[in-house]
Amino acid sequence: MAGKLSFSLVSPEREIFAGLVDQVDAPGVEGDFGVLADHAPFMTALREGVVTVIDGGSRRQFEVHGGFADVTPAGLTILAEQASEVAAA
Amino acid sequence: MASLKEMRNRIGSVKSTQKITKALNMVAAAKLKRAQEQAESARPYARKMAAVIANLAAGVSGDGAPKLLAGTGSDQKHLIVVATGDKGLAGGFNTNVIRAARERIKSLIDAGKDVRVIAVGRKVRDGLSRLYGDRIVQTFEMSGHKTIGLPAAEPIAALIAEEFEAGNADVVTLFYSRFQSVISQVPTPKQLIPAVVDGDAPPIDLNGAVYEYEPSEEEILETLLPRNITTQILAALYENQASFFGAQMGAMDNATRNAGDLINSLTLQYNRKRQAQITTELIEIIAGAEAL
Repeated sequence: MAGKLSFSLVSPEREIFAGLVDQVDAPGVEGDFGVLADHAPFMTALREGVVTVIDGGSRRQFEVHGGFADVTPAGLTILAEQASEVAAA
Repeated sequence: MASLKEMRNRIGSVKSTQKITKALNMVAAAKLKRAQEQAESARPYARKMAAVIANLAAGVSGDGAPKLLAGTGSDQKHLIVVATGDKGLAGGFNTNVIRAARERIKSLIDAGKDVRVIAVGRKVRDGLSRLYGDRIVQTFEMSGHKTIGLPAAEPIAALIAEEFEAGNADVVTLFYSRFQSVISQVPTPKQLIPAVVDGDAPPIDLNGAVYEYEPSEEEILETLLPRNITTQILAALYENQASFFGAQMGAMDNATRNAGDLINSLTLQYNRKRQAQITTELIEIIAGAEAL
């Protein structure tokens, strides 16, 4: 398996998540997508939905309202208008 | 010369003023901590946003670039957004920002430009209305918002966008007070439109790969740029808030110290006077006894 993906989720008020993870699934305006390490550069607007962060066996979910995802060789950044963690079920 | 009773009253009133300034100082210190944290936690978003925009801007330079980024091609109409606090009692905080804005407005008017002003905070309106009252488009007050957040920044950004769309503004500049430290707040102008591509933002190295956009580059930019304005305003409001409490803390600390000095010198005067009075009374009594 390739290296880890550096992921950060930030809202205007604060940085909600930052760290190295295996995979992030996010709701793009033109369909959900998953990002692994070394993804091709890519940028999309997000619709309302849930961002899932998968690292090893653990999953964390964040609700986001609008925003952008930016994938660069350096990692994935999600700029969310509003975001909050969904309590683990 | 004031009587002893008057002096006692005076000392009492300075003492109670000192209590108030001391309390305000402590309140400001407590609030400063929160405001500072808020300002700092808002920075990653603004920084990332700047990096993304810098990246996008590099890709769409030329005719296709949105006007929010490239400008209207003219710089005749200026819109100045001045952000200060609603309250005073914060030393030079409000006046410094207003003075910086006023200098800019004056030089623009002297250069024959059209200038209009959006006032954020009641103190701006008070400070600018005498000279440029007819140029104020609208005043926003922050006191309606319990905490500063997106709901406070959005209406301001919306008005700016509206003015820009309507062709009433070519260049939009925001004046606010950047929080450098508790003792130093710097009035800072920041150009919102055309968007300034931040030189500090690290360029993103794509290793020759091509960015893919979903939806198109233009559509993303078109939603991102207005949001960037909101973000910049929000960041400025946070900085302002922290600056305000920093300045207030400093001002109140000074006021408390001055009140202390005043109390000391008044007390000294009071005691001297009391002594003098006692001495005079004694002399009178002794002189009276001798006369018998």
